[in-house]
Amino acid sequence: MTSAEMVKTTYREAMRAAIREAMQRDDRVFLMGEDVGRYGGCFAVSMGLLEEFGPERIRDTPLSESAFVGAGIGAAMAGMRPIVEIMTVNFSLLALDQIMNNAATLLHMSGGQCNVPLVIRMTTGAGRQVAAQHSHSLEGWYTHIPGIRVLAPATLADARGMLWTALQNPDPVLIFEHGSLYNMQGTLPAGAGAVDIRSAAVRREGTDVSLITYGGTLGTTLAAADALAGDGIDAEVIDLRSLRPLDDQTIVGSVAKTHRAVIVDEGWRTGSLAAEVSARIMEQAFWDLDGPVERVCGAEVPMPYPRHLEQAALPQADVIAAAARQAVG
Amino acid sequence: MSRAAAKAAPPEAAHRRELLRQMLLIRTFEDKCVELYSAGEIRGFVHLYIGEEAVAVGVNEALTADDNVVSTYREHGHALARGIPADAVMGEMLGKTTGCSRGRGGSMHLFDVSRRFYGGNAIVGGGLPLSIGVALADKLRGDQRVTACFFGDGAVAEGEFHECMNLAALWDLPVLFCCENNLYAMGTALERAQAQTDLALRAESYGMAAWPVDGMDVAAVERAARSAVEAIRAGGGPHFLELRTYRFRAHSMYDPELYRDKAEVEEWKKRDPIDLLSAGMRDSGELTDDDFQAMNDDLTREIDTAIAAARKAPAEPVENLTRFVYSPESS
Repeated sequence: MTSAEMVKTTYREAMRAAIREAMQRDDRVFLMGEDVGRYGGCFAVSMGLLEEFGPERIRDTPLSESAFVGAGIGAAMAGMRPIVEIMTVNFSLLALDQIMNNAATLLHMSGGQCNVPLVIRMTTGAGRQVAAQHSHSLEGWYTHIPGIRVLAPATLADARGMLWTALQNPDPVLIFEHGSLYNMQGTLPAGAGAVDIRSAAVRREGTDVSLITYGGTLGTTLAAADALAGDGIDAEVIDLRSLRPLDDQTIVGSVAKTHRAVIVDEGWRTGSLAAEVSARIMEQAFWDLDGPVERVCGAEVPMPYPRHLEQAALPQADVIAAAARQAVG
Repeated sequence: MSRAAAKAAPPEAAHRRELLRQMLLIRTFEDKCVELYSAGEIRGFVHLYIGEEAVAVGVNEALTADDNVVSTYREHGHALARGIPADAVMGEMLGKTTGCSRGRGGSMHLFDVSRRFYGGNAIVGGGLPLSIGVALADKLRGDQRVTACFFGDGAVAEGEFHECMNLAALWDLPVLFCCENNLYAMGTALERAQAQTDLALRAESYGMAAWPVDGMDVAAVERAARSAVEAIRAGGGPHFLELRTYRFRAHSMYDPELYRDKAEVEEWKKRDPIDLLSAGMRDSGELTDDDFQAMNDDLTREIDTAIAAARKAPAEPVENLTRFVYSPESS
């Protein structure tokens, strides 16, 4: 099999392959979290890895988010390369103190002595009718914190490739995996591996409007772009990939070309990552704009359980397309 | 006894002298910090360890240079006992680049990774999970280190405390938990905050060896710590010491101390760890008033030199404001 050969895979399998590769390549890497071992991971990402690597390196933890995230920070500080899995972003709030007050600050408050080469993976997002406490998109919150990097793999290649690069990073990296993506199918080159974690990607080229998104709404946004094409509107779709730091150059470059921007963000509108991207466009590309920046965000409501209400609360392709038409005028 | 004679003293006596010197170093350092704070040269929060010196000094005696220490925001004593030079700690107090954290941390965030001193932590209980991770790293690599984690009685009320006791015992980690029970979480007395005030008993409920220790008696602290560390090194898993101590000063630099009686403070001062040790040494003829004075004078000179050096040391240029937010290779 050559590395160029394409193999069928899923987002889940790509993540698992990334973890396996990291475990094989570096003895310092271990995976730790709730039900990552015997259960196989809440979303079955680590299924089979316990048998392959044993319970020391595929380490089940009690339901103690603050302790095991903090333990990941301590182990990273002491020279290991832990991957900590938090089941969902909602539970990460129980470890927020450790992420904010330790992971993000140790390097600085130690005057450069204490690196924290830690990767924290967690599931984010809505769409599975799991109601108000399991449907958040809080990655935008995390982008507020200097000292950490925030990634959102939206494609199979990024699911496969971001982890290794993140583990090479000397500072803490948070990886947000949208829950709706795990079953996404496709193909990857057999030799697929590490990818860069700095740049945004143009997922569809266009000239009329820039649709800027990330993570779970990339697919919806690409669907909107297809619909717009039917109307003769040629939309460019930007996948941010790295939410902190943001790749201003790619964002501004696209807006300079299209002169119009719509930002799609599943997170709540107020104080959102979409607001930050919008502000940067205003600061860096104001004179390139032909009209106001539009935002399509999650409705400002704790996520309701019924499907029709949940769907109404999330960015939908028709709403994104309508916002793009509005922007194009 | 002259200093030349001190060198020839029997090992026990020399050891006691060293313990006394270290406790006095911490006391002298902090007495000077009070002056510098009053003069406005030290700012921010400063939590004095005065009264608790026997804990840091006694525990550190049981550790080797290769062991790890995770500390709190009341950590001048832990840092100095660990051997971080007074110059580097004082530089940090003054926020200078010569400080042990390059001036970025201040009083509450003293770090020295070369001495495996993983910092002062200003979130109560926040260092406990770090100690679990540092110890886990050693266990995974097969390194034989012990991690000493200091925290106060206040931390025992935090959820993180219980998560960490459970994890340490469950994973059989080589951690020495050093609970400095000074009876007050800032202004809240132990019995006003804890339904069960026997803190060792609570640790014991997680299946680890735990016992109370007279934290004003440096010899008792050292004995307890040595016994615990020995057991940990022998594979006995985490151990917990409830070090019963008392801070003679306010929680932070100044507070009106409305939460405790002056008489209570005076009563505890009768058991000042420095007086306790030095009185015993005087009784056995190991220490004269002149010796004590000479030791004090030496330490005062050492701290004065550290202050002078810190005053002269360069401040971080403002252009470097955002340095150390990310590693150079990360940006």
